[in-house]
Amino acid sequence: MVAPVTPARRPSSATRWLAVLRTPVGACAGLALFAVLVLAVIAPMRWSVRANRTDVAAMLQGPSALHWAGTDNLGRDIFDRVLVATRLSVELALLATVIAVVTGLLLGTAGVILGRRAARFVSAVVNIVVAFPGLLLALFFAVIFGVGARGAVLAIGFAGAPAFARLAQTLVAGIEQRDFVAAARIAGVGRVRILLRHVLPNIAESLIVNAAIGAGGALLAFASLSFLGLGVQPPSYDWGRLLGDGLTGIYEQPIAALAPGIAVILAGLAFNLFGESLAKGIGLTATLGRVPLGRVRRRPVSAEPGEPAADAAVLDVADLVVTLPGHGAPIRPVRGVGFRIGRGEAVGLVGESGSGKSLTALAVTRLIEEPARVDAARLRFLGADLLTGTAGTHRRLLGTSLAMVFQDPTTSLNPTRRIGGQLAEVARQHGGLSRSAALALAIDRLRAVRVPAAARRAHQYPHEFSGGMRQRAMIGMGLMGRPTLIVADEPTTALDVTVQRQVLELLESVRRDDAVALLLISHDVAVVRQVCDRVLVMYAGRIVEDLPTAELATAARHPYTRALVAAVPDMHTDLDHPLATIPGRAPDPTRFPAGCAFAPRCPLATDRCRTAEPPLETDRQGRRVACWHADVPVGPSVTTAAGGGHE
Amino acid sequence: MSELEFDDVSVRYGTRRHGLTAVTGVHLVVPDGEIVGLVGESGSGKSTLARAAVGLAPVTSGRILLDGRPVPLRGRRRPVQMVFQDPYSSLDPRMTVGASIAETVPRHDPATGTMLDRQAEVIRLLELVELDPDLARSFPAQLSGGQRQRVALARALAARPEVVIADEITSALDVSVQGTVLNLLRTLLRDLGISMLFISHNLAVVRYVATSIAVMYLGRIVEHGPAEAVLGDPQHPYSRDLLAAVPESGHLPAPPDDPTVRAVTDAEPADPHHPPAGCGYHPRCPIGPFVRPDRERCRTEAPSTDHRQHAACHYAASAEPALIIGDPTQRRSSS
Repeated sequence: MVAPVTPARRPSSATRWLAVLRTPVGACAGLALFAVLVLAVIAPMRWSVRANRTDVAAMLQGPSALHWAGTDNLGRDIFDRVLVATRLSVELALLATVIAVVTGLLLGTAGVILGRRAARFVSAVVNIVVAFPGLLLALFFAVIFGVGARGAVLAIGFAGAPAFARLAQTLVAGIEQRDFVAAARIAGVGRVRILLRHVLPNIAESLIVNAAIGAGGALLAFASLSFLGLGVQPPSYDWGRLLGDGLTGIYEQPIAALAPGIAVILAGLAFNLFGESLAKGIGLTATLGRVPLGRVRRRPVSAEPGEPAADAAVLDVADLVVTLPGHGAPIRPVRGVGFRIGRGEAVGLVGESGSGKSLTALAVTRLIEEPARVDAARLRFLGADLLTGTAGTHRRLLGTSLAMVFQDPTTSLNPTRRIGGQLAEVARQHGGLSRSAALALAIDRLRAVRVPAAARRAHQYPHEFSGGMRQRAMIGMGLMGRPTLIVADEPTTALDVTVQRQVLELLESVRRDDAVALLLISHDVAVVRQVCDRVLVMYAGRIVEDLPTAELATAARHPYTRALVAAVPDMHTDLDHPLATIPGRAPDPTRFPAGCAFAPRCPLATDRCRTAEPPLETDRQGRRVACWHADVPVGPSVTTAAGGGHE
Repeated sequence: MSELEFDDVSVRYGTRRHGLTAVTGVHLVVPDGEIVGLVGESGSGKSTLARAAVGLAPVTSGRILLDGRPVPLRGRRRPVQMVFQDPYSSLDPRMTVGASIAETVPRHDPATGTMLDRQAEVIRLLELVELDPDLARSFPAQLSGGQRQRVALARALAARPEVVIADEITSALDVSVQGTVLNLLRTLLRDLGISMLFISHNLAVVRYVATSIAVMYLGRIVEHGPAEAVLGDPQHPYSRDLLAAVPESGHLPAPPDDPTVRAVTDAEPADPHHPPAGCGYHPRCPIGPFVRPDRERCRTEAPSTDHRQHAACHYAASAEPALIIGDPTQRRSSS
């Protein structure tokens, strides 16, 4: 039995392209572009006779009811001529764009086919050519290819090629790094095939968007060349040619030059705006930021009766809800989380990806920003209510009393500033210390987190620190104030096991020495077990169990907790049996099942579990569990799920 | 028979002056039908060694042999395949799962020459990795991390490999899924008789799948032997530190009282761009020159591997031939 195919979580590319047309700018630009293209097709068929009819009696007339934009020196209707010129202008611009894209693509992807050394040469050439302004190149090529429409098309096409080559190179470099290209190489797939099957489809979207914008540019460039007399030659005419002709009489009859000018602007705008809205639309759907928050109904926040706000608690959270805007309906990845951390207590928050554990940490430290929203019945830190007041009023309290340690120390330190300076900034901001006093404190704190040669290393930049040292520096930064709580979100996940132990030891000693409370978020039960007194187990946005760490292996009551503990192999795992697994997969935050979210994977699930959600109930020892069948022994089916093929 | 042998392999990146030797003189044998675990910290060169075996990293010196012949790195026939760490990056998002697998199925083989044959083969492979054959039509974005990793495994198996290299294949997965992938791996390799080099930083995972274990530090293999010997009686101090760092149930062990030992165990991992002279581990070694002043030779003299489990440590126990398996020097003398 295998899980059925689930519908795509991300919309397919066809719907994404269509979605572009639903935005106001996209719709306008699409409509305008469509109008320009239709005009380009039908205008010469309908009006070319009128546009070419000379009328000596009506030479150089101003605008009138008969001739909306006046007539030229042969008495031809300028408005008709502008309409008819649409085809040639657009045609030539598109042709030039095609030349630019194809040439650029050939140059940009040459590296895939030719190998590393040739790629370096090609990219050097492109780098040099890209440094010249496009119009200068176009003029240069126009002289080479000769005056006339064909020469101008080639000139503008080749002048636009370097920009596309550079774009293609950058995109290709990004794709080539991905493992699927490496996998294809290992499988013996040829270079041309890799280019056609793996590289091009993955860069096509960006290229098309840029080609649309490029077409607008080519239109403009063509008008310029024709205007200068290097482009279309009489008797053919495009907008640039008409502009040039009209310019001679601009003081007597400005409309003759204005009409083709306006046409160039409108058509150019249509191409550019369409390209821009494509780019924006495609970029936007990657993130989930499109549903306005006004649609999210505000959750009724009710104070829970019977639970007085405990002043002894460092952090006191009740009924915490995090809402994110989603495609259809808002997503609620954290659904009513409540817990309390006492002074000097170490609490672990365990869960798999998508369980909402990191969002919970960000929410309680007020680090979640728009468009996500945080609601809670109670959110108190050291007795202060974090729900009322603005971020500014809490900044000082959080800045000095709360330390945050993130998973990736590379991104949480500013790469352009010395470590010591970054630490000192905290003390200067919140403690009002002088520059030298703050730096002295920073060095002292670095020493406290056992950074060797702290005085010297304080003057180094983050890149000169190893991952473990950076994480120590982050903890040291947290210790610049007088923290009562350290929130550590997967602090050791990016580190090696030996370094992981060092960082955990450090957190442990900081906690012991200064009675600092610790909220340790991790996917790894083994890590939490080593440091924490109490564990909160999260599943599908809720806490499903809250128990002392010591009881994790022996007295866990929720079937998920028990399965999670059993699934982690350790140095005593029986090698003759398959590893314990949890069948099925964790629910997606966009579609949590009704009832108990774990029911579809639970060996104890009954009809009640699938319809009614079990409340998180507190027992006499203060342990909490949310399960209708807590304490019911789980059969051997979950601990050694045969074959392990369910997922 | 399919035995992968690394014979004095070195991999060096960059120029002569500003270079980085990621792998230095590695001797390692992956015997027929066995799973060899390769452990070490990030920057130790374990992934580079793996990539060298499939031609993704340049071998500067030494040879990589499959059954005594150089591993073919050109052409359609690729008997060494690799499964990558990140299943979100290793499958082309624009290709269906079936197409991704079919691409690796040999075309020149008469059994899978036609499109229909290849489709049947894709279905067979999906069933082999315990996935629904209907998934062949879906895109990677529709699959969970565990399912993707199975697809990646099926793709590697499609090439009919003799050796598969698994580079941290479970570290991007949730623990509940990790078990299913490891169980599958064990049964599959046993049934198909494929050898595997299994790279992981997680000793508990390596212990579960591997029959022998090699420990890598700073581009060198510092210990190598049967899994139970390396885990039960580690000879190199780095192996011992790795073992001690495995999160065991219960609280952290108390840090050492002696400040010198503590300073050494707290030391930073070595920078591969500036490897220390002598034994690469000496700046962090709890039994090295920083703790025991009489052990100055560690600073200058690179240790040999003539010790039990080939431990590259001056002070490891002497070799006992009965314990050694997969020793390249022995193998050559017997052949």
